[in-house]
Amino acid sequence: MTGPGRRSARTRRFGGTLGALCALLLAAACVPGTDGSGAAGPGGGAATAVPDPSKAGKVTLTVWDQQVRGGQNAAIERLNAEFERKYPNVTVKRVARSFNDLKKTLKLALSGDNPPDVVQANQGYSDMVAFAHAGMLTPLDSYAGLYGWNTRFPQTLLNLNRVSADGTRFGTGQLYGLSQEGEYIGIYYNKSVLKKAGIRPPRTWDEFTGALPKLKKAGQLPVQFGNLDKYPAIHTFGVLQAQAAGSAGPVRETVLGRGAGFDNEATRTAARTLAAWAEKGYLPKGANGKGYDDAAKQFADGKGAFLITGTWQLADLRKPMGDSLGFMPPPPTAGRPPVTTGGEGLPWSITSKSDHPDVAAAYLDFLTGAHACDVLTEEGVLPVVFGKAARKLDRDTAVGRMFTGWQRLNEADGLVPYLDYTTPGFYDSLSADLQGVLSGSTGPGRLAGRMQQQYDDFRKQQDAAGTDAGDGR
Amino acid sequence: MRAAAQDRGGMVRRLAGRYRKRAPGEPRAVGYLYILPALAVFGLFLLWPLGQTAWLSLLHWDGLTRATWAGWDNYRDLLTDPQLRAPFAHAAVLLLFYAVLPVAAGLLLTAALTRFRVRGMTFFRTVLFLPQVLAMVVVGVAWRSILAPDGLLNDALGAVGLDGLTRSWLGDDRFALPAVGVIGTWVETGLCLVLFLAGAQRIPRELYEAARIDGAGAVREFFTVTLPGLRAEVSVALTLTVVAALRNFDLVYITTSGGPGNATSVPAYEVYRRAFETGEVGSASAMGITLTAVIFALTLVVTRLVEGRSR
Repeated sequence: MTGPGRRSARTRRFGGTLGALCALLLAAACVPGTDGSGAAGPGGGAATAVPDPSKAGKVTLTVWDQQVRGGQNAAIERLNAEFERKYPNVTVKRVARSFNDLKKTLKLALSGDNPPDVVQANQGYSDMVAFAHAGMLTPLDSYAGLYGWNTRFPQTLLNLNRVSADGTRFGTGQLYGLSQEGEYIGIYYNKSVLKKAGIRPPRTWDEFTGALPKLKKAGQLPVQFGNLDKYPAIHTFGVLQAQAAGSAGPVRETVLGRGAGFDNEATRTAARTLAAWAEKGYLPKGANGKGYDDAAKQFADGKGAFLITGTWQLADLRKPMGDSLGFMPPPPTAGRPPVTTGGEGLPWSITSKSDHPDVAAAYLDFLTGAHACDVLTEEGVLPVVFGKAARKLDRDTAVGRMFTGWQRLNEADGLVPYLDYTTPGFYDSLSADLQGVLSGSTGPGRLAGRMQQQYDDFRKQQDAAGTDAGDGR
Repeated sequence: MRAAAQDRGGMVRRLAGRYRKRAPGEPRAVGYLYILPALAVFGLFLLWPLGQTAWLSLLHWDGLTRATWAGWDNYRDLLTDPQLRAPFAHAAVLLLFYAVLPVAAGLLLTAALTRFRVRGMTFFRTVLFLPQVLAMVVVGVAWRSILAPDGLLNDALGAVGLDGLTRSWLGDDRFALPAVGVIGTWVETGLCLVLFLAGAQRIPRELYEAARIDGAGAVREFFTVTLPGLRAEVSVALTLTVVAALRNFDLVYITTSGGPGNATSVPAYEVYRRAFETGEVGSASAMGITLTAVIFALTLVVTRLVEGRSR
């Protein structure tokens, strides 16, 4: 749960060519291929008993995180203070940055000689897999055994933080991080807009799609949507694709590189639906030119009956809309389990050059333990696993629905990872192609073909790299 | 030994003699000593990184693991890969909006303003120059909301009955690039105008009087007196705007992130994206070096062509 866009983010940050070039030039200062930073193998993580940080002497734990938004920031500050109180010999030195800033500086920090002890590294090929491949993160499997992390989290979520031993595959192999929070794409609705059009909140997918023409006829905008930032369409498309596929399994396997690919009926149906929504005016006109934040603001102002986006938006929408805000996971086809796009917050990882991996592991355990989950819940953040506080929530509020939905999705194994995890270049090609689908210039068949092509090319490349790594190292 | 000492003595004398023979004010080698501090800073923070970037452009590097030698591969891709060529084509289109249009508009306005007395000239000059003072980020955010589907521009078009023309300016495949270009025109015109107005004040009144006595009209007067008089300013304005057009990053980043599709991706944005988001540092460096070369070549052409051999 990480802000209007986490993977996505691409929130506009100030920057200029000059800044970019300067940073590039700084990056260049360590001439690649001459220092041995890439050669360090996976180290550390050889503990045999549950570490006791209180016996570690005076320790300063440097932590880089991106929990800068309201509830997240409050939660992590509370947890850090509690951790320091629990182990008075440990000082947590926190460096907080926005998602984008962290993503951009982490690479440089990790390649230096004095990296932070604990970092939040994004899932996917360009971040966690690349860092693991370069030997910059500590595999956590021995700690996972000691602390019982493997049973604390649902396997499908834990897998998102795994990287294969040869450092090429994602979603399988060694564990490199733990996530605190859950997040998924759901449907927000405006109760008063629905009431005005005489429509009840939908309980099945058919009711939902049936409501759209009725809303249009009643003079309301059915689905608020803005895609100028390029990533929102990936989320909407993901929901449509998961619905069309009927279950999370096949698409998830493909995203993690083990499936048949994207050239199938579900992909084409989803693209057709998205294009039809745009054409019939269920989405605002010119959605490709409207910002994500603008769309959310207009939804909060009562323009639009539905808004399809992530759970991270709940806190910001609840403030202005109050009780008229409703939330649900995408309602399933009658008789089917719920499915949607979703995953977990940025994982917390331990760097391989950390001097205190045991203390860091205790910190990770503390951040994702039962007590921490209660703290997150109290601050309005959705934790991966629920504690006492979550059970006390009023299940009829939007927040309560978000929690119930998360539980149901996990029970039904209904989470499809973000589609842009598929290949390093997938975000760019898919977001560009979906803008084409919305404007009508890219047909469903072409989209499916392009997605399949990207997938196949990357698989080939990966297989080649995997063989190299197997022979050469 | 003695011979060597004599030799040395002779050399010192010869050197001293050479300096003594110089006319006063003629450059001397000691001048380099004066620029040394600046040169050191320049070298350390510009030339050295530039060399590093050139070196990186010859490698395949993801920013983390061991780099592999690429040779000219990255540069060859620039020529063959349409994904990498397109940004340069977009930059060429932006040149029109960032450099040609503002200079033309600036000249036109200058010609008009020097011919007629305008009340509150200082006020207009300030207003027209204002975009230059604003941070590009602010400009980008403001224009993003003006060009939004339900933004100011579409509202205005609707109000005068031109609903047919309204569109999602930044979200339309064909109009996104010109829309970004128009923002550039808006920003750069003020700069050109202020430069030209300052230059026009230096043109001797007598030339205008002479032209008028000879019966020149407004057009003739512009081409024979104003334009030649503004040669140096046009050169400066073109150089500044051409550079602004080619290194354009912030506006694209703020308004469209290169979209829709890749319709507005420009070289500087592509450098940033490749280096920091997709981990293709070698390719990004090759693009950066090429961009530097293009900017250098274009500014050289501008100075040569516009300033001419008069200097």
